[in-house]
Amino acid sequence: MKILVPVKRVIDYNVKPRVKADGTGVDLANVKMSMNPFDEIAVEEAIRIKEAGKAEEIIAVSVGPAKAQETLRTALAMGADRAILVESDDEVEPLAVAKILKAIADEEQPQLIMLGKQSISDDSNQTGQMLAALMDRPQGTFANTIEVDGDSVTVKREVDGGLETVKLSLPAIVTTDLRLNEPRYASLPNIMKAKKKPLDTKTPGDYGVDTAPRLTTTNVAEPPVRQAGEKVEDVDALVAKIKALGIA
Amino acid sequence: MNTLVWVEHDNNEMKDATLSVVTAAAKLGDVHLLVAGAGCAGVADQAAKIAGVGKVHLADDAALEHALAENVAPLIAGLMASHDAVLFPATTTGKNIAPRVAALLDVMQISDILSVEGGKTFTRPIYAGNAIATVESSDPKLVITVRGTAFDKAAAEGGSAAVEAIGGASDAGTSSFVSAEIAESERPELTSAKVIVSGGRALKDAETFEATITPLADKLGAGIGASRAAVDAGYVPNDYQVGQTGKIVAPEVYIAIGISGAIQHLAGMKDSKTIIAINKDEDAPIFQVADIGLVADLFKAVPELTEKL
Ligand SMILES: Cc1cc2nc3c(=O)[nH]c(=O)nc-3n(C[C@H](O)[C@H](O)[C@H](O)COP(=O)(O)OP(=O)(O)OC[C@H]3O[C@@H](n4cnc5c(N)ncnc54)[C@H](O)[C@@H]3O)c2cc1C
Repeated sequence: MKILVPVKRVIDYNVKPRVKADGTGVDLANVKMSMNPFDEIAVEEAIRIKEAGKAEEIIAVSVGPAKAQETLRTALAMGADRAILVESDDEVEPLAVAKILKAIADEEQPQLIMLGKQSISDDSNQTGQMLAALMDRPQGTFANTIEVDGDSVTVKREVDGGLETVKLSLPAIVTTDLRLNEPRYASLPNIMKAKKKPLDTKTPGDYGVDTAPRLTTTNVAEPPVRQAGEKVEDVDALVAKIKALGIA
Repeated sequence: MNTLVWVEHDNNEMKDATLSVVTAAAKLGDVHLLVAGAGCAGVADQAAKIAGVGKVHLADDAALEHALAENVAPLIAGLMASHDAVLFPATTTGKNIAPRVAALLDVMQISDILSVEGGKTFTRPIYAGNAIATVESSDPKLVITVRGTAFDKAAAEGGSAAVEAIGGASDAGTSSFVSAEIAESERPELTSAKVIVSGGRALKDAETFEATITPLADKLGAGIGASRAAVDAGYVPNDYQVGQTGKIVAPEVYIAIGISGAIQHLAGMKDSKTIIAINKDEDAPIFQVADIGLVADLFKAVPELTEKL
């Protein structure tokens, strides 16, 4: 079977985002960008499924600017077989991304589509579920453990109360949570090899998808800042403070 | 405007998360509720008592027992013929179902709203809450998830809405529920606890976490939270995680013990009323948001604190 892994290029998780003074967004100029950490986990899981002999091919896809090629090369260096960049300089909303992915899935016929549960940029947590709806296929969101078995996949999900296990018939969409695996680092030889792996470039128009935004962002502001308070000398002083709060 | 609110429940009891969503929905228009499940008529009766609710739709069907998105989303999409907006709590259930509904309706969902600024305008956090975006929808219908800590809870009593049974549920046949491991605890739920004691990587292992954090939490009648590092290392289960990608909490008092204060952790707790931090590193970023800080070795300070309270 084939596995499709959508990946997004986002601000690196170690960077503290700065809001632009004119309120139009977050400053991404000269900021370190990386693959969305949840997508990295999805790539890793796809590779493990392939290594276990349960998949033949992994296709990485990214919808984003030309520079998202770097993100796809990272996926290829980790172990994906080929890549598709759907190039757009404008921010593409999850609904339109899901429509593009649906069109690619129609062409490629993957049995499993694995992607991060959310991107750490817009924190939407939507794309996988939307894709599942458009394809009329089942979804296993917030995956903690995945077991592919014949024509189904069993997904243990991280939910508010603990864990929940569901069984989905393939093709299915799985979104990954933090504890599914620890992604590998690409080795230098694999980074070199990845440069020769096929990477197709397309546009949303090639898939007939209109990416005009449905949401208009009218302002982006800093959240209220919290001021640091005081440090107390010792436990006795802390006890007094806690008692003053009326919780003990 | 007619709004529809997803009632969060376990087929026996309505969950508190529903109440903040009702408050958000009431800012948009008339509030109708949907109770979808199996054997959940009692939940509908509870929900009907929420103040300010106009009507409760009750969809009671075996196919809805576990709120599988494949079965629930088409039902909600159908109800949207007579509603202009549907709102879910930003719980794992809400986050699982809402985007599926949005795609069926061909609209862009607005995730995790913090405020209602107008009939189609909302604020929401992006970049782990390091920026707050104001967004305006141009879609004919609204699909929204609501951050519980950003809205007051509607009164659970005082209403007397009519409960109307609806049909139309069916099993999509592509997914099935296998099992759940849901922890039963006497402790307050994280998202509604007034006091939370949270532990981080410094707690070493599950036994040390339990021996250090639990007695203090017991003393304070507190919920227990954790950083991602503590969950990843297996000190505590995943449902303890507070942060950008875990639970968002805003208790009266949040006590962070052996937690450095990474932006992803702060994203989940920085709206707490009072933050107390205990860390041996005086430069730990957690002190930049803490109202009260104690620089100390937690293995000495926490047992002493528990003892003296
Ligand atoms: C995509 C993504 C999502 C994430 N989501 C979340 C999330 O939702 N929630 C979350 O918490 N994290 C999240 N993280 C992880 C986050 O970046 C940090 O790695 C994590 O919060 C660190 O946990 P910690 O503070 O317990 O550990 P550390 O950063 O290792 O901090 C341990 C602290 O303990 C102190 N310490 C050590 N020994 C003692 C002692 N004896 N006494 C007192 N203090 C001591 C140290 O000084 C240090 O400050 C996410 C990361 C990524 C990439």
